[in-house]
Amino acid sequence: MTTSLRTSPTAHTSPVTRWRRRFHSESAAFWLFLSPWLLGLVGLTLGPMLFSLYAAFTRWDGVNSPEFIGLANFRVIFTSDPDFWPSFGRTFAYAGARVVLGTVLALALAAMVNTRIPGRTFFRTVFFLPSIVTGVPLFVVWLWMFDPTAGVLNYLLGKVGIDGPDWLASSTWAIPALVLMSLTATGGAMIIFLAGLQGIPTELKEAATVDGAGWWSRFRNVTVPLLSPVILFNVIIGLIGALQVFAEPFIMTGGGPERSTYFFGLYLYNEAFWYSNVGYASALAWVQFLVIVLLTAAVLRFSRRHVHYLGS
Amino acid sequence: MPESRTLRLTLTRGRIALVPLYIPLTIAAFFFILPFLWMLSGAFKEPSEVTAYPPSFWPGRLDTDNFSTAAAGISIWRYFGNSVFVAVVSTLGTVLCCSLAGFAFAHLRSRARGPLFAVLLSTMMLPPFITLIPSYSIYQELGWLDTYLPLTVPSFLGVGGAFYIFLLRQFFLGVPKELFEAARIDGASRLRQYVQIALPLSKPALMTVALFQFVASWNDFFGPLIFLTDSSKFTLPVGIRFFQSLYATDYGTLMAASCVTIAPVLLLFLLAQRFFVQGIATTGGKG
Repeated sequence: MTTSLRTSPTAHTSPVTRWRRRFHSESAAFWLFLSPWLLGLVGLTLGPMLFSLYAAFTRWDGVNSPEFIGLANFRVIFTSDPDFWPSFGRTFAYAGARVVLGTVLALALAAMVNTRIPGRTFFRTVFFLPSIVTGVPLFVVWLWMFDPTAGVLNYLLGKVGIDGPDWLASSTWAIPALVLMSLTATGGAMIIFLAGLQGIPTELKEAATVDGAGWWSRFRNVTVPLLSPVILFNVIIGLIGALQVFAEPFIMTGGGPERSTYFFGLYLYNEAFWYSNVGYASALAWVQFLVIVLLTAAVLRFSRRHVHYLGS
Repeated sequence: MPESRTLRLTLTRGRIALVPLYIPLTIAAFFFILPFLWMLSGAFKEPSEVTAYPPSFWPGRLDTDNFSTAAAGISIWRYFGNSVFVAVVSTLGTVLCCSLAGFAFAHLRSRARGPLFAVLLSTMMLPPFITLIPSYSIYQELGWLDTYLPLTVPSFLGVGGAFYIFLLRQFFLGVPKELFEAARIDGASRLRQYVQIALPLSKPALMTVALFQFVASWNDFFGPLIFLTDSSKFTLPVGIRFFQSLYATDYGTLMAASCVTIAPVLLLFLLAQRFFVQGIATTGGKG
């Protein structure tokens, strides 16, 4: 306790030196290095988030000052808005199909290119390419390929004796068409699966082989359980992305035909930037955010029983 | 001895068993590559070929008219320049801000580090709409609408860069601490340690971040769609959309413009595929 009675050494140094020492201290450097990101975090992420939370309880056109209306926006969303529940349902149908089919395809592709088959590098490149080279140009070319009469898809289907559907021109087939197109963007998930597959100890598979397990049995009973954390990761990332789908329907269908692809993202965009119902759109954005959070939590909860972590 | 022969037999049999895999692999590869082939062939088709049935994969002759129309009608080269500008500036900002933040999270101690890192990771889950509407108002107040500032300045502040910061932090953690300690004993400031040790040793990670951000910015449709209104300022994706909304069926010209749009990204992908693979694989490894 004697040390605390003595004056601290800093008391003898000049204020300038003290300031410099503090400035050069590790903690000060930490804040300095982080300052650009912190500025963005406060000014362009947390601040706007709080403001949009406030705006969700207002009637606001984005120009005049917002008028506080309590829970009215949410009451309208859940009870009387004719667009909310349908757009919600469509978005879930699309996201569910895209994530389930996409994950299965990605896993199948990863398992196939993880073999020692000659040409595997070529196949990996081809499967990964559309995940990076994507965007509006690809949506436009798919739009043309989906054309019921002049499109190449129905031409090819005709070659194998299938009378192709009207794709984006049909309210039944528009969502399946968008899901089909999204399957070419599963390369990212495939790469993640590939990394996971390469982390599975070969002894386990060899042991299963020695025990007489066939390839399906090995895949089903060794690979899939060991890969379950990676599957979970891909499902969550895929869901978050799919629930926010925007550019594809915006470019390719405009929400049609008969609103069959009028997804939540389009609906939100229209309310905010087309009809200037900015307060209402903020409420919708918060509903979307909460749905994503709840859904992720639900998937994590469900997975607790089905995901196996190696070594735990 | 007999054991190793069994193993070799299994291996050989394994190889032969792989042959049927070519059927699904080839079908899938065709499906994945078809849009690109179709885009390329469409770019050289005459208007009569575009609507012809049955459609042909090979255009009758290599007609570059579509590219001239794209240059004149869509002003594709102006949009190309705009896209390059926006993508390069936002890439610079992202690499700068995210490497500084990644360095702080990896090598500078502070009591706030843990909590802030948790905040960083949680921002990865935020849907853009929730911050976008108020951000739009902020840019409006600042007079930034219809300029490139909303598309570039946020990159310098690490907005949307959570994944990059995470990736760089992981990489910086791999740099031996002794190097920084030695530098500190020699009197190097934190800034010099960052510039002269951390950055040069992390070129692959910086490259990965730069590539991902360049491609993200190049492909970005939503940002330019809501922030830009003057058509001469459009980037390629909104430029193509603009043309498509006017001449929806002029697929020849649209395909020519699309080819020009994807060319730089395609080139980057083919030249630097391993960086993209590593970047993606790192995300999954932490799942």
